[in-house]
Amino acid sequence: MTSMDRGGSSDAPAPRPHAGAVLASGVVDSLTAAPDEDAVLRDLVAFTRLLRNAGVPVTPDRTATYLRALREIDVASEVATYWAGRLTLCSDPDDVARYDQAFHAWFSSDPRDQRMGRPAPPKPRTATIAALNPPSRSGEGEQDDDVPELKVAASGEEVLRDRDIAELTIGEREHLRRMLALLTPNPPRRRARRRRPGPRGEPDARRTLRATLRHAGEIPGLARRQRRERPRRVVILLDVSGSMAPYADALLRFAHVLTRRTPQAVETFTLGTRLTRVTRELRQRDPERALRDAGSAIPDWSGGTRLGEVLAAFLDRWGQRGVARRAVVVVFSDGWERGGTDLLGEQMARLARLAHTVVWVNPHAGKRGYEPVQGGIAAALPHVDRLLAGHSLATLQELTEVLADA
Amino acid sequence: MTAATEFDGPDAVAAALGRTGYLADSGLASAAFLALRMGRPLFCEGEPGTGKTALAQALAEVLGAPLVRLQCHEGIDAAQALYDWDFPRQLLHLRTAEAAASASGNSLDADAVEASLYDRRFLLARPVLQALQTTPSVLLVDEVDRADDEFEAFLLEVLAENSVTIPEIGVVRAETPPLVVLTSNRTREVHDALKRRCLYLWLEHPDLAREVAILKSRMPQLSDELAQQVAQAVHRLRGLDLLKPPGVAETLDWAAALELIGARHLDLESATTTLGAVLKYREDADRARDALDALLAS
Repeated sequence: MTSMDRGGSSDAPAPRPHAGAVLASGVVDSLTAAPDEDAVLRDLVAFTRLLRNAGVPVTPDRTATYLRALREIDVASEVATYWAGRLTLCSDPDDVARYDQAFHAWFSSDPRDQRMGRPAPPKPRTATIAALNPPSRSGEGEQDDDVPELKVAASGEEVLRDRDIAELTIGEREHLRRMLALLTPNPPRRRARRRRPGPRGEPDARRTLRATLRHAGEIPGLARRQRRERPRRVVILLDVSGSMAPYADALLRFAHVLTRRTPQAVETFTLGTRLTRVTRELRQRDPERALRDAGSAIPDWSGGTRLGEVLAAFLDRWGQRGVARRAVVVVFSDGWERGGTDLLGEQMARLARLAHTVVWVNPHAGKRGYEPVQGGIAAALPHVDRLLAGHSLATLQELTEVLADA
Repeated sequence: MTAATEFDGPDAVAAALGRTGYLADSGLASAAFLALRMGRPLFCEGEPGTGKTALAQALAEVLGAPLVRLQCHEGIDAAQALYDWDFPRQLLHLRTAEAAASASGNSLDADAVEASLYDRRFLLARPVLQALQTTPSVLLVDEVDRADDEFEAFLLEVLAENSVTIPEIGVVRAETPPLVVLTSNRTREVHDALKRRCLYLWLEHPDLAREVAILKSRMPQLSDELAQQVAQAVHRLRGLDLLKPPGVAETLDWAAALELIGARHLDLESATTTLGAVLKYREDADRARDALDALLAS
């Protein structure tokens, strides 16, 4: 068991200097109280830490389960060791891919792979905040800036409400954030299957019997129960491509406000060159943290768009399975599609068949003289229930009303 | 009944599963073995048709234990999962007691009547309670993602304690905890707290050789040639970017359909007429028909 000393000698997880079977044979001894039990344990725990750094949510109790599982199997077998970890430490198909990589790196005898597996130091996550704010007021010159500076200085909430988000100054943006946080949107509702006591509805045998008992066998009247109402799921698809950049931050905040109202009933995805699910990040209470984490999760800020393809990916991976079914789907996009629009039209038709309501929010729709003629939006429009503007606080408020009625 | 402890490794479990007609790869066998040994629920996720439910059925057969199935749906609650009281019979019992008392001229003893009302014979055991009362048993909680979050919390409690508290009777505890298999199609993300209690198994479509083996094991009368051709075609279909890629269940359906129409091998004609057994969307069928030549090329 001399080879065991090395792995546990340092506190920081070091790459394994030998193949998995050697380590594995140490596990048995460690679990049956061998002298260098600590070293092997620390070594295994180090592997779980590598996994955590790779993004697998390993918790202490999962680690404990992992160690228990190792005790049950033949640890000299690489296959069995692999599966013991995969079954106990993963909880998501995405985790499986990360686990595969980490396992390969950690238990491989090839030193090059081991170097890859060295856990990266925790990433400083603040850097991406900057990316959340739109690039420094780019394209300011071409906008028809008909709101004079003086008026802005005097502007209160009312003026800000109708201003185009893309044209706000840094200070006004700050103000807008606070006002967004004050929104209390009502979620759309649907009838649930579960019932609760109520004045109308079908007879409730359980409560009737209890009342009967209290009245010594006389039925005092029929108790009834009726269906409850539950929030209907809202799916937000947010285009984060370059052309939407001035609005992305505010819209993501809007998504956070919606998510905080009914955390279990709102799903948010960003569309760019790829699909990113940011629901989990947005469920955090603190808006700044939520936005920061969502920002780091999105790899394709201000990139291009492949709306059709990404929408297809959403429907394949999530939508058709159930996320979009009977949900209110809100697409925030300017419909700017490079290339052909056939795919977008096809996918929007598919989405419309699954969803309860499809609302398309286009920040440009609120501008004077806007006509939905660009290729993308023209292809999508036949499958959209409502087309709204979303360029200002007032229009976002209007959106919350549309959602509440959906 | 084969005791769980009799298996000395994943290979033994795989062999036992194989005898029931369920072909398990090493991952699946490890999962089943660890679930048995550690007494942990097994949480299976994967594409529809990858054999999640069939796994529970095969495990029940291996253990010689009855399979208790709880099909989850939206709005499922404790009364449908755990137990319920048989109200009509309770009312009838109450009326009988009343009539008997008035006939004999005695007054009704309220406490005694109430005690007799909440007797075990009026208890309707729903799947979870059934599984706890039956030793040994396999409890299949199917499509847990369809139930709502509150139900998950409730399930968590039962799985952690392996017991159910009925206020009127007391605690019902399982002598030996049932083997629990949960399945999910990922229509919704199941809460992490529930997953943490379980072993997590992500199931993929089987590879070509295994799928041929599954076909042969489920349908021994199938010719080698046809089994090979069907499995091959299904594999190519999965690569076609379809709305709903066919699962193993569809493969078996297709083979059965081909056999019924008396096809000796898979050709353009027999494939076109039976395509409905594998592809369930018009768009998918159109796409496959266009590519049928390439699909069938050996």
